[in-house]
Amino acid sequence: MTVAVVVFPGSNSDVDAQHAVRVAGAEATLVWHKDTDLGDAQAVILPGGFAHGDYLRTGAIARFSPIMSAVRAFADRGGPVLGICNGFQVLLEAGLLPGAMVRNRDIKFVSRLVPVRVEQADTPFTAGCRQGQVLHLPIAHGEGNFTADADTIAALEANRQVIFRYVDADGEASAPGNPNGSVHNIAGICNATRNVVGLMPHPERACEAALGSADGLALLSSLVHHLGASSSR
Amino acid sequence: MSVIDAAVLERHGLKPDEYARILELMGREPNLLELGLFSVMWSEHCSYKSSRVHLKTLPTTGPRVVQGPGENAGAVDIGDGLCAVFKIESHNHPSFIEPYQGAATGVGGIIRDIFTMGARPIGLLNALRFGALDTALARRIFEGVVAGVGGYGNSIGIPTIGGEIVFDAAYAGNPLVNVLCLGTAHRRDIIKGAARGAGNPVFYVGARTGRDGIHGATMASAEFDESSAEKRPAVQVGDPFMEKLLMEACLEVMQTGALVGIQDMGAAGLSCATSEMGSRGGHGMDVDVMHVPQRESGMTPYEIMLSESQERMLMVVHRGREAEVEAIFRKWDLHAVQVGVVTEGDRLRIFDHGTLVADLPNRALTDEAPVYHRPMQRPSWQDEVQQLDLSALAPAPAAAAFDTLLVTPTIASKRWAYQQYDHSVGTNTIAQPGLTAAVARVKGTPVGLAVSVDGNGRYGYLNPHRGGMLAVAEAARNVACTGATPIGATNNLNFGNPERPEIMWQFGEAVRGIGDACRALEVPITGGNVSLYNETEGRAIYPTPVLGVLGLLEQADRVCTRTFKQAGDVVMVLGDNLAELGGSEYLAQMHGLVRGDAPALDLAAERALQQLVVRLIGDGLLHSAHDCAEGGIAVTLAECTFDSGGIGVTADLPAAGAPGAFQPVATLFGESASRIVVSVAPGQADAVRAAAREAGVPVTVIGSTGGRVIALAVGGQPQVHREVAAAEAAWATAIGDRMRRRPPTREGATE
Repeated sequence: MTVAVVVFPGSNSDVDAQHAVRVAGAEATLVWHKDTDLGDAQAVILPGGFAHGDYLRTGAIARFSPIMSAVRAFADRGGPVLGICNGFQVLLEAGLLPGAMVRNRDIKFVSRLVPVRVEQADTPFTAGCRQGQVLHLPIAHGEGNFTADADTIAALEANRQVIFRYVDADGEASAPGNPNGSVHNIAGICNATRNVVGLMPHPERACEAALGSADGLALLSSLVHHLGASSSR
Repeated sequence: MSVIDAAVLERHGLKPDEYARILELMGREPNLLELGLFSVMWSEHCSYKSSRVHLKTLPTTGPRVVQGPGENAGAVDIGDGLCAVFKIESHNHPSFIEPYQGAATGVGGIIRDIFTMGARPIGLLNALRFGALDTALARRIFEGVVAGVGGYGNSIGIPTIGGEIVFDAAYAGNPLVNVLCLGTAHRRDIIKGAARGAGNPVFYVGARTGRDGIHGATMASAEFDESSAEKRPAVQVGDPFMEKLLMEACLEVMQTGALVGIQDMGAAGLSCATSEMGSRGGHGMDVDVMHVPQRESGMTPYEIMLSESQERMLMVVHRGREAEVEAIFRKWDLHAVQVGVVTEGDRLRIFDHGTLVADLPNRALTDEAPVYHRPMQRPSWQDEVQQLDLSALAPAPAAAAFDTLLVTPTIASKRWAYQQYDHSVGTNTIAQPGLTAAVARVKGTPVGLAVSVDGNGRYGYLNPHRGGMLAVAEAARNVACTGATPIGATNNLNFGNPERPEIMWQFGEAVRGIGDACRALEVPITGGNVSLYNETEGRAIYPTPVLGVLGLLEQADRVCTRTFKQAGDVVMVLGDNLAELGGSEYLAQMHGLVRGDAPALDLAAERALQQLVVRLIGDGLLHSAHDCAEGGIAVTLAECTFDSGGIGVTADLPAAGAPGAFQPVATLFGESASRIVVSVAPGQADAVRAAAREAGVPVTVIGSTGGRVIALAVGGQPQVHREVAAAEAAWATAIGDRMRRRPPTREGATE
């Protein structure tokens, strides 16, 4: 059971994702962005970081990396793909997920542990969660303010594609619970076929109690369980 | 005909006697390029010419020291064949001129020093000093520096895991930006900045060389005046993405064993890297600037050699293994080019398209740089400022002082700053920011590394010797409060103009104090940085030695924090309260005074205290531990309730110090050193008291945790009674509130 973690130049959470997958009980290999082949990977993670320095626009250059053709084909076949933070931004730029990111509402980079509510438990990454469950996950981004046109947002909501929402201490998706200004407090979404998920919070940084939260393990354990179930079928 | 006259020398920051020494070392007149090399290499920043005689007195050896001062960074053994590699460096002058880039490139520079040693950086800390936040200039510099620190560290993916920030008018015209980087390496992988093996090729890799930062080291070796803004072109611009590529590629190349030596091009750029690598390795070097990748056309050899463009490295490669090295850099889209070759002998020879344009012994630039025994003079005002006559004052009401101190920027939560720093990347940060000294675990081992940076400039001003001692003691104490044993230190010495005997006296005294404390606490200095000429318009900063102390936490999962953990615990103080108000935040805030003597320090008592608290934490007897610093024990107790989920405290402190009107506030807010507040489960209290008695450490039970208030009495008389929630809210938002009183800027990197 192997998860491919793509390494773009400027990725900085690649080894963290690899470590977290191992904590969850699966193997993870690092795949260089110039490669064209995902090998025998059964899932793909696009990790956090600043791919290509994010100098043009977050994720804008990374989508042209050779490996992205393989990632797109893998996703089209229904393979589970998780984009975390910068990886989410890459998925948006690549058109694998709808919407876009703009600068945080308060302009500044925001790094802290935030409560995030699981809205849907029918993706490979949330199947082990309870709908409505609140996870405490770190965020660390300057451009995590999710936005899209009204029709896209309406469609995401109608199709239950909003997978994670920022919430306040009472578990409500309120304005005070929104750390970056994202529309509808959206922290993560999936595609129409529900196998591609992107989120701004970092579950891979919250897989051990020593790090302040182990809530992120729920996502990776869901994936490992999902892969185990599919390979035994 | 000579082109070198008095005006040329002055532009190069060289004194006539220094030029005479150059003539002697060269045996002839230098040309302008050679003079430029001397100018940057003999600058205070690169040569340590004023400080060297004092720094030599510091203890630099110990059983764990793998690398002491003199290399890119220090290294200490942490067991399992691993080393912690760490160093602190300043970027004070650039950060005043251009706060964002000044701070960002300071971070970039210290990161290079760490990975150049073969270590992977795992954490950053910073010690920052700004003017009081009541001026627009101070807020602009603070905002820019914080954004720059975050912008660089966040992008490159190295967590900023701790630090300290102090605000005082003394830094209004001269902020301090000291950045510490911590890394880990296998002991066998440590690599040094030395050129060896005649015939081995010299490679350049990284960013292209531009005209930025020329004479940056010389700028950092002069005072500021109103024309300093014109020096903005001397500040470099950082590119964290380039450095990320460079770091990954260099660490990968180092694993091949193809490198002989490597050094980053920081201050004095190519001049420094070529001459230092040669003189360290006992070899010469031939370099042709024609091969140096250039950002602009028409650059002269002088500009190329003196440029301080960021994110560049110089490497000596084993002959025959060039292709291996080139291939790894190519993978990272970097171009490693050969610019020269190692030679027998000791000459640094610079060519331009094959024509020899500079030829000098490399040691003339490095080891032969001038060493000054600058005159030292105790300031005439020193005795006067140490006098503190409280009888002329009326004490502030304790509750009002408590409220004021909690929202004083130096004491208030630094959340506004550290929430802009990615502290979780790397998944090693095992203490959340603000809860203790920085603590990073070392994956694959049970150990953690704790680091604290501390240094109180007011103490340095009132009593520089004790200020130096107290800086070591406080940093080591903060590390001990996590449960870690201090094993090494790095220092950043921030002072004024060393050509003034009073400043030089402060410097010498502070270094003497650091040495005394490091010897007593057995924490050797493994490296550091000296920043002099921290003056604007003739006004010097407080003498500010900043100590970065590294501790080894044997069991990372036992890490202790400052917060109370449960109601009903016994609250004790380890150490004595001498009710000392000299140099205190209370005096500064409530009476506008920076006077009196710095707190006393008994190094033997300090050592016993630290060893005791480390043992108690290792034995699992403490629920929290927090040292007493700015604001005294009242602020310490309040901070133990903050971030605890609202667990209050009721404490009755024995009245300390001289009886009189000031006794309650001196007891609450005095800043006596060598004190740690701990909370202990009731069933363990006797064990803790017995251990303290056995260690000869004074121990006093002062109260218990619980309730929703902070209720403090002195000698049975109630003094402070505040809701935890209200006090915490005021403390947590104080800095953000001050910063929000104006429109934000749009500086900053993105993700």
